[in-house]
Amino acid sequence: MEVDEPSSRPPGCSLRHFACEQNLLSRPDGSSSFLQGDTSVLAGVYGPAEVKVSKEIFNKATLEVILRPKTGLPGVPEKSRERLIRSTCEAVVLGALHPRTSITVVLQVVSDAGSLLACCLNAACMALVDAGVPMRALFCGVTCALDSDGTLVLDPTTKQEKEARAVLTFALDSVEQKLLMSTTKGLYSDAELQQCLAAAQAAAQHVFRFFRESLQRRYSKS
Amino acid sequence: MKETPLSNCERRFLLRAIEEKKRLDGRQTYDYRSIKISFGTDYGCCIVELGKTRVLGQVSCELVSPKLNRATEGILFFNLELSQMAAPAFEPGRQSDLLVKLNRLLERCLRNSKCIDTESLCVVAGEKVWQIRVDLHLLNHDGNIIDAASIAAVVALCHFRRPDVSVQGDEVTLYTPEERDPVPLSIHHMPICVSFAFFQQGTYLLVDPNEREERVMDGLLVIAMNKHREICTIQSSESPSSPG
Repeated sequence: MEVDEPSSRPPGCSLRHFACEQNLLSRPDGSSSFLQGDTSVLAGVYGPAEVKVSKEIFNKATLEVILRPKTGLPGVPEKSRERLIRSTCEAVVLGALHPRTSITVVLQVVSDAGSLLACCLNAACMALVDAGVPMRALFCGVTCALDSDGTLVLDPTTKQEKEARAVLTFALDSVEQKLLMSTTKGLYSDAELQQCLAAAQAAAQHVFRFFRESLQRRYSKS
Repeated sequence: MKETPLSNCERRFLLRAIEEKKRLDGRQTYDYRSIKISFGTDYGCCIVELGKTRVLGQVSCELVSPKLNRATEGILFFNLELSQMAAPAFEPGRQSDLLVKLNRLLERCLRNSKCIDTESLCVVAGEKVWQIRVDLHLLNHDGNIIDAASIAAVVALCHFRRPDVSVQGDEVTLYTPEERDPVPLSIHHMPICVSFAFFQQGTYLLVDPNEREERVMDGLLVIAMNKHREICTIQSSESPSSPG
């Protein structure tokens, strides 16, 4: 299911073309492929499943996130993204319903053309839904870039991210667009942060509408 | 996560079906599953689906100093990764035997068969050569990883374009893709692996085993050939799950 956005984006208001496919892999319990413009991430979820005794938590599920880059060995940037995605998922997944089990989210970068963390968050959410893991809300990722004269660009490409003064990524929940996670890089003022957050919340509405429509389409086919 | 063990009745069922020349997905003995190849937006990126087995391949290049004993040849590096997405049993510490075996076979098939002309990857003899790195990720395991991986590697190498370089005297100029179109690699031939699974001590043979068939097989024979009917690699091995 795809959303059409104008190709030459006026600054500050539109996101790139989205596409999402679910249940494309046969082995994982849930899988999804999320495309944002040219950035594409494949996610697979296993769970709730058996957990190693050393990692088990007595009253909730152990959530693990693994992110693999396309070339080279995973390094520190991947580890930090894994941490951010895991903290977002832990805030949303109802782990208390499945104590002493593990839920593993594996993400594979298929192509990176900017806004990678946001695309990973979206793919992870769709894969968790496909796996049927109980969650208290859906979540989505939105990236904003602030360039040198303060113009805000949503869902930046690699070139826009490189030239930007600051890049901010937010994870928002679907119930009230509350902030679940934020990670920022660069220089920005307090007012600019609030402006980016407001723009991200508005953009998140589009993303959640896309999630809802694609799920409705999928389940109405039967 | 531990691998779900195969029950005895499933094992017996599969072996009896093979004895009666039947395969669970309706294929004949020599039938391959359908292959689907799709390309990504970057040069050298491809996804190969062999039935439900899915492999992602990406080729990248870098200018490095050559190896001391091969000063005029480029370097080829292959890396197959069994992603944890592919099967619940593929945890980082647990798949080393299978991983090493697959990587070695892939290296022998692609590097020792000289399918890529490494002399053409030399820029300045003894100082700068291209290092071509092929990263393969297994995304879904439904049997026959090696065939899918060899197809993905060959397809990705054919799709890949490296930046153009020009050498004038001592000066080496590396052009960006905007300045000059990237150049394809020089490929002599395309070796593709074909796997044969053996059952009941070699009495029965199946081509392109899927995951269930691989679990009950006794041995595996992999032959890599190109279209000129030249054998690039042969490997015959016992299955890790076979008794004795």
